[in-house]
Amino acid sequence: MDDKPLAIVLFSGTDDKLNAAAVMASGAAALGRPVHVFLQYWALDAFRADRIKNDHGLAAEAGAEGKAAVEALQAAGQAPWYETLAMAKELGNVEIQACSLSMDVLGIEEKDLDPLVDGTEGVTAFYIAIGDGQILFI
Amino acid sequence: MSDAIHTTVDAKGLSCPMPIVKTAQAAKLVPSGELIEVFATDAGSVKDFAAWTRSTGNSIVEQTEDDGVYRFVIKRA
Repeated sequence: MDDKPLAIVLFSGTDDKLNAAAVMASGAAALGRPVHVFLQYWALDAFRADRIKNDHGLAAEAGAEGKAAVEALQAAGQAPWYETLAMAKELGNVEIQACSLSMDVLGIEEKDLDPLVDGTEGVTAFYIAIGDGQILFI
Repeated sequence: MSDAIHTTVDAKGLSCPMPIVKTAQAAKLVPSGELIEVFATDAGSVKDFAAWTRSTGNSIVEQTEDDGVYRFVIKRA
């Protein structure tokens, strides 16, 4: 496996998409691949310390049937996305950075964010950090 | 090394990628040459463990399935 970092630009703030990102991050971490998560807009909002455990809803296409399926999985004990991300960070080299523009737009300060977030960076620092790694936009 | 199981990971009922994540976590504490036993019910785990071991240098020395429960014995690289 190559060691090129996997970058996840996480924009969406619904629980299904946050979970998809957490799954991709933890899978890469299990393979020893560095992961760099860049939080923008509604994803960043979901990482506020006082909101991270809230119900963030699902993408519009989920519908009632999708919602029931996701709820059944949760009832069966599926770890919430923030726990999956915490495990990924324990397991490997996973860095989570807040987009500084989104911080300004949403009026968020670093002290408002959950400790899962390692810091704040601009888009230039993001590109330098990931080098020629792959980028996923979720 | 010995043929005895060093560590068992019970990942039954956990969905992807937790069986791999839990195993990768446990593997950190297992010395080279020792055996890790994993139980999983996620159907994707057969391909996932094959890929994970290939990529990390660990090897699957035993693999069975019984009534929807997959058992892998993995030798730590």
